[in-house]
Parts: sequence; structure tokens; C-alpha cells
Amino acid sequence: MAVLQSRPEGARRAIGLETIGMTKAFGPLVALDDVSIRVRPGSFHALLGENGAGKSTLVKCVMGFYQPTSGSALVNDREVSIPNPKAAHALGIGMVYQHFTLVPSLTAAENLVISRADTPAVIDWAKERKALEAFLETTPFKVPLDMPVSGLSAGEKQKLEILKQLYLDQSFLILDEPTSVLTPDEADEVLGLLRGMTEAGELTILMITHKFREVTAYADEVTVLRRGRMVGSGKVSDLSIDDMSRMMIGDTAIRESAARKAHSGEPLKLEIAGLFADDDEELPALEAVNLKVRCGEILGIAGVSGNGQSELIQVLSGQRLPSDGRIFIDGKPYEPERKLMDSFKVFGFSEEPLRNAAVPRMSVAENMAFRTFDKVPISPFRGWLSPSPMLKKARDLIAAYRVKTPSTEEPIENLSGGNVQRAILAREISGEVEVLIVANPCFGLDFASVAEIRAQIMDQRNRGAAVLLVSEDLDEILELADTVAVMSEGRITYTSPMDRTDRATIGHAMAGHH
Amino acid sequence: MNDEAGLATVLLAMFAGAIRVSTPFLFVSLGETLTEKSGRINLGLEGTLVFGAMSGYAISYHTGSPWFGVLVAGLGGTVFGAIHGYLCKLPRVNDIAIGIALMLFGTGIAFFFGKAYIQPQAPRLPSISFGFWAENPSVRQALEINPLFLIGLFLAIFLWWGLKNTRWGLVVRTTGDSAPAALALGIDVDRVRLLSTMAGGFFAGVGGSFLSLYYPGSWTEGLSSGQGLMAVALVIFARWNPLYCFAAALLFGAAGALGPALQSIGISRGYHFFNAAPYIMTLLIMIASVSPKRSLKGAPGELSITK
Repeated sequence: MAVLQSRPEGARRAIGLETIGMTKAFGPLVALDDVSIRVRPGSFHALLGENGAGKSTLVKCVMGFYQPTSGSALVNDREVSIPNPKAAHALGIGMVYQHFTLVPSLTAAENLVISRADTPAVIDWAKERKALEAFLETTPFKVPLDMPVSGLSAGEKQKLEILKQLYLDQSFLILDEPTSVLTPDEADEVLGLLRGMTEAGELTILMITHKFREVTAYADEVTVLRRGRMVGSGKVSDLSIDDMSRMMIGDTAIRESAARKAHSGEPLKLEIAGLFADDDEELPALEAVNLKVRCGEILGIAGVSGNGQSELIQVLSGQRLPSDGRIFIDGKPYEPERKLMDSFKVFGFSEEPLRNAAVPRMSVAENMAFRTFDKVPISPFRGWLSPSPMLKKARDLIAAYRVKTPSTEEPIENLSGGNVQRAILAREISGEVEVLIVANPCFGLDFASVAEIRAQIMDQRNRGAAVLLVSEDLDEILELADTVAVMSEGRITYTSPMDRTDRATIGHAMAGHH
Repeated sequence: MNDEAGLATVLLAMFAGAIRVSTPFLFVSLGETLTEKSGRINLGLEGTLVFGAMSGYAISYHTGSPWFGVLVAGLGGTVFGAIHGYLCKLPRVNDIAIGIALMLFGTGIAFFFGKAYIQPQAPRLPSISFGFWAENPSVRQALEINPLFLIGLFLAIFLWWGLKNTRWGLVVRTTGDSAPAALALGIDVDRVRLLSTMAGGFFAGVGGSFLSLYYPGSWTEGLSSGQGLMAVALVIFARWNPLYCFAAALLFGAAGALGPALQSIGISRGYHFFNAAPYIMTLLIMIASVSPKRSLKGAPGELSITK
């Protein structure tokens, strides 16, 4: 094996890493403020913090993507300079990104070979195959080598990302939210295997996460960041989840989740009957999906991303034509057209609103008027717009939903993620809502926004709306849903009232064990 | 009996046409495949093709060496590719707009310098006779094959093999499929694209020299009639696979030979209609191979048309 031969025997041993007074300022904004962390060799260290707390900035400084404004890094107690990612790799520090860095059209084997610094000009595949198989023998991870990466499951991709770092002989791995796309079972498998390797002293791991469950189950030590500062660290065994969450959130006021109002015998509102749809490759993405949502009910659809949820949302919101099947509201046939959305009072919002629900360069006021701009009072005559009612409505909504924006005329893309989502939320639920279709509403938002948005969804349910919630975050489903359905490979494979199921059962169904 | 002979003549003429006419299509589409595999679209290859035809002819006329003309045509194409590659790496520059600008620039500058070469006769490229065994003169004529056609065939095979089995092949595919992944591997994305566009320009320039130095075999302003643009469309049809490019170029060549072939057996009605066969075929193929519901299979992920 060319790669392993280039280093002395036994070099694959865990290394330790330390930062001292790491500070990074982007102009006036201090993203990282005097952060010192210590990761012991062979430990599994968790870096905890909410979005925007400075976790990514810290690891990007360590990886050489950013140069810290001040502060230094130590590897095995020796000060090192890391001017670029190459230097980090040379020190044995590798990173597994939240978004996959594999090349989709290349096979796993091609991805591994190209990742090497010394890829030969002409590749002798017979020899490389043998070397790769020998390498795979030395690790607990198994991945099919000959399939294009685009055909692998998320779990396999994540394993391949980790394998790639091991193949490059990195012995300090930084994992950025490694389980966000995995089923609970896949997450447990991957983290368990990594944990085993740290215990064997082969690997040191620094894992960015916001899931307490993973910290308590797998990490030895934890460091918590908040607003660019280190606010606590210690052995996981000495800290309770309560301690950690208090460090993470600080004294920010978090909206209490609204109480669940008990309903009984509510009428059926939304019915999806035998829905089929194809994906962009013209392969079946939805197969015979049947769902029923009553008034005042949140139906949570759990599942690992890429199992047909986005196609389901696209069909329901009119972005994709179903190949078969019907949708009914109040027993009447429904097509996702503007007119019918309006008369049946169907609304919805989803993750990454700048991509899915807003026109980034139009103003906040215009974006907020998408549902109403063609109606009185904004459009008093057919086709004519009257700006002043539009601005007035936008100002009211901005105040009511606490959207932080410099003005109604600001392009919506300049707002922070939480504020864009609030603006869209204001547009969608400020009127009378009877059916609400929501997909990953809290993806990438900070705690305060998450709590706000979940409370609003619960409010709509309590007011009698039928809510269809698709989420890749199982905790969100567990918190909000009255009924849970699991989607796997385009089918609904499991349905249960929430009070008669639990995390493990849902997790197994997500993994396809049903 | 007469009908059969006529059909045989037409088929033979189309076969000969496929070999004769396909070479520029082949070179341009191979060049475009390489460029697009790296994640850029170069629509300017039509201009490169025309400029290659003019410069190749001019150099052949002045030096007496057609092969030197081919080389210079290729180098001229490389310069066009370098301009495209350099401009496109500037922020907020769109490769399609630059391509159209370079297409007009290339044809314009070729017409400007080419005025003087419309009359004179330049030495043409030789061909190799593979038909020495045949009795039939038209078979013999059909098997007069230009070395550039064979070079194109080998180039197609080499590119197909190289994209899978060499480091630069994997680097080009990586760059074209996912720029973030390429950056994470320490690949200089702009440089790879610049070099791929330059190589693509070289091939297109060589393809142009074939037009003026072999078939039709002289420099005129209407020489290309959009072949460079159709070759770009052909890349989509060939699904970015160099071997399919070869097959598609043959198909286009055969379609282009349909009109003259029919005329040679006395069917002259609809001559201009049959001459339009390659263009009609381009449309039909595009209609047949796209779908509103499906994204293009095999398209490099970084192309501005698929993003």
C-alpha cells in the first residue's frame, strides 16, 4: 500500500490537539473569542454549541481554512503552524464535513484513489483494487467500491467519508454533525465503530454536534461554545444534560412549547390516496402513499432524507406532477393550484426558505405578499398593485412575528436564516389556516427560532388546522406529532399514534426493519 | 433492380460522407466533452472552428505544409480556449455569454484575416487509400480516409480510457462534478478548467483545419455553417461519453451526406430539404432525449445548464 508505506510502521497512532487563546475576527464581527480547548490523544471529544456559536470557525482555524487573528494550535504539545488544509493533513488532522465532499459520479474506489496526494499518472486498477481491499480489511467500515457514490445510501456515504480520512492515514478526525443524515441505527453503528477505534488508541475524534444523546452515549469529554466563547468543558460523566444545555443556550429566553390541546372525534381533513410519483431520474420515488390527517392533528412523517419525503412535499405543493393517485380535502378532490390552495386554505413552509419559499432578491414586503398580492386590498383592480397596503401589511407582520429586518424594502436574502424563516412563517400562517404542510421547518436555525417556530406549529394545530409535518429530525417529530408515519424507500412503512410508540421502534422502521 | 442499385449508391455515399464529414464534428465534440467534463461550457467553439479553418489554410498556403497548418490551427484554438478559460474564472462571469461573444469574435476575426485567402489554392491534406482491394471505384473513393479521421478515432478512445484510468482524468471529472469536493482535495479548479478549455480549443481548431484543408477543401466564409454549434449539441446527445461522440459524429456526417447522395442518383427534388437533415436531426434528437421530468443523466454536476 503506497499510502501506508510512506510513513513509518506504527505511525497510525492517535494524536492530541490543543488550541490556546484562539480568536478569529471577520472585520468587526468576532466569531471566535479566546477559545482554548484540549483534546487528549485517543479521546472522543464533543464540541457542543448551537448554530452560529463558533464551532465551525474553530475547526476551520484548526484545519487551516482560516488563519486565526490570534492564538495558536498545539499538536502533541508542540506548537504548529497550519497555513492551509494541506498542512493540517500532513499533521494527521482530517475532517469529515457535514455536506459530503465525495464526487457523486465517481465510484467509491475512484473517490479514494483521487483523494491521495500521490495518485499515479496512469492508474493500475488491478493493483489499486488489491490495495484497497487490503486496506478495508484493517477497518471496521464496509462500503461497496464499484458503485458511483450517487448510488450509495447516506450511511454508506458517511462511512466512505470516514474511510477516506483513514485511507489518507489521518489519526485525528474532526466530524461535523456526522449523524445529521443518518438513521438512529446507522448513527449508532458509525459512532460505535469510531468509539472502538479511539478506545484502541488508533484515533482521536473531535465531533461537532448539538445532540446531547450522542454526547452522553459516545463522548469522553465535552467543550461547549456559545457566541464564540468557550463557556464550559469537562468530562461527560461529570455533567448532566441540564448542565450542558444551560451552557449552550445561556440565559436566552426560549419560548415555552405550547400546551397540546386535547381534541377528540375531529373530522378528517386531508387525505392522500394511492399517490405515486417519479423522481428526476424517472425512477419511482413515491409508491402508493396513503395518508390521513384530521383537523387539529399533527401527522409527523419521519424518515432518512432521500426516501421520498421531498418528492411528497413537491407533489403536495404543486412542484411535481404525481404519476397516479389523488389528494382530497374535506372529501373533495384537491389539486395544488393557486386558486384551490386559496379556497381550501392550504399553506406551508419548508427548510432553506431562500431556496424553497422566497425570491431572495425581492424585498421582505414583496416576499410577504406572495399569497395576497393579487387580492384586495393589495390589488384593488385586476392586475394593478397598490404598494401602500402591501407595505402596511408587511409592517404589521414584521411587528407581530418579530422579524428583524432593517426595513420592509431590504432584499430578503440579507436577513439571517431565522428571520427569513419567521418572515415566511408570517406570510403562511397569519391568515386562516386549515391545512398546513411543513417540511424540516427548523433546519439550521438557532434554539430561540426553533422554539418559536415549533410553538407556532402547535398553535395552528390547537386552532384546528390539519398539519402534515415532514422532518428528518426525529426529536422534532417526537415533540410535535400526534401521529407518526415512517417513510422508507418511497412507501409509508409504519404508522402509529405517538402515545403507542417510541424512539427505538420509529428508528428501526426508518432503517427499513419493519 | 435499378432501385436496389440506387439504394446501394445512396448508402455508400452516406457511408463515405459519414467518414468525410464527421471529422470536424468529432474533434469539436471531443474538445467540448473535455471542457464540459471539467464543468464549463464553451459555446465559442464555432468561432474556434472557423478561425482554425482560416488560419490552417493560410499557413498551409504560405509554408506549403498542410500539417503545419493543422498545428497552427490547433494552437490558435488553444489561444481562444485560454481566453475563454481566463475570462470565466473572473467573478460573476457567465461561461455561456463569454462563449457566444467568443463565437462571434472568432468568426469575425477569421473573416477579417481570411479575405485574402478566398482565391488562392493552398496545399491540401493527403489521404490514405484503404480501398486498393476494391474493384468498384466508388467504394475505392469512399475508403480514401484522411489521417485526421483516424487520429480523431484514437483520440476518442484515448479520452474514454483516460477519463477513467489516469490521474488527470479523475481530476477533470472531479472538478466538473463537484467544485467543493475538488477544492477539498486541493485541486486548483480554475486551472483545471483553463487547461481543459485550452485542450478543447486545440481540438476544435484542428477540426476547423480539416474543413479548409481536406473537405470541402478551401477557405470560404460559409464553410462551417454552424457545425461547431451542432457539435456542442452533439455532446449532450452523446451523454459526455467520447465513444458516443464518435458514433454521433458519424451519424451527423451521414445525415449531412444525404442531400448530395440523393442528388447523385438523380433525386434532386427536396435537395435543400435533405441538406437540412443534420439540423432536423439535431432537433429531433433533442426532443427525443430530453424530458421535463428528468434531469440529464450523466451531466457533469457543475455545468451552468444543469445547476
